[in-house]
Amino acid sequence: MNTSTNEAVVVANGYLSRQAFWCRDLSTNFYMLGSMGLALSIGLGVALAQPHRRVAVLDGDGNLLMSLGALAMAGHMAPPNLMHIVIDNQQYASTGGQASLSGSVKMQMLALAAGYRIALEASDQAQLSEALEQMRATEGPSFLRVLVSAGVEVAPRVPRSPEEIARTFRKSIAGNET
Amino acid sequence: MTGADFCELTSALKYDFFTGVPDSTLGTALKVLESDLRYLYVPAVREDNAVGMAVGAYLGGKNPVVLMQNSGLGLCLNALTSLVSLYKIPLLLVIGWRGADEFDAPEHILMGSASPALLTAVGIPFWIPARDDVTSSLSVASLRSRSENSPVALLIRERVID
Repeated sequence: MNTSTNEAVVVANGYLSRQAFWCRDLSTNFYMLGSMGLALSIGLGVALAQPHRRVAVLDGDGNLLMSLGALAMAGHMAPPNLMHIVIDNQQYASTGGQASLSGSVKMQMLALAAGYRIALEASDQAQLSEALEQMRATEGPSFLRVLVSAGVEVAPRVPRSPEEIARTFRKSIAGNET
Repeated sequence: MTGADFCELTSALKYDFFTGVPDSTLGTALKVLESDLRYLYVPAVREDNAVGMAVGAYLGGKNPVVLMQNSGLGLCLNALTSLVSLYKIPLLLVIGWRGADEFDAPEHILMGSASPALLTAVGIPFWIPARDDVTSSLSVASLRSRSENSPVALLIRERVID
């Protein structure tokens, strides 16, 4: 995989997008605000349109479970540049911490059954670094479940208009082609 | 208009990423998209996934089209409002219109009669071309979509594309 260009990152709606923005805002980040469940679908579209750029989907467990069929689409098209990372806190944090069903689901097995090439799990910093390294060294689609504790610091909303989020991202990753 | 002509026409308008969920009204066009390697057609399992993927393709530099049956319109309303319209994505929707009159199968009647009002309610301009108007509708719709950065829809009755 050519890594000369920045990875594009599609971040799921809810606290994930907010945290990603305030943690490290990049022009190659796409912040979902609504359309819950569609992070993987959006990321798959980016990966197919930009086959020479690595695309990471930063998903949540609630988001993933809302649209499991998208796993079949990703596995079927199997873009080698797609990395799918699910931050699993086993709850819907931004709506008040209601439990999700993720504790009952072996999501790595779902990913492999759908056609992903590898599926990993990480529950601490060292495992996370190792897993990301492995994903970047192999062809995708690759899957990583990151087990995190519930109850994170709440970040403010993304202070950028949706139109600007889309324009910035598209210009950054496809600017010369459109 | 034949399905092959429809695909060529759409392609000539610089649309270069096709996705969707099958519909018999659009069957001949879908058959061409699936089999003719000149077209990039990516199958989706649900209409909201198709819309999400189309938006991703647009963000990656493509000009996407989503084909679906109107039964899927209800299913993807949230994707259309809180993704496509919200981020001002110029998406072309080609929607097979089942239940356009009361002579269709019972499961299509209610959504069939509600489809135009649903599109109006969420602010998506749409055209209902007759067989001879597909070319002009497509051309006007794509112009509008690109000048306003907004989704537009064609509601396709049975036998308009065959």
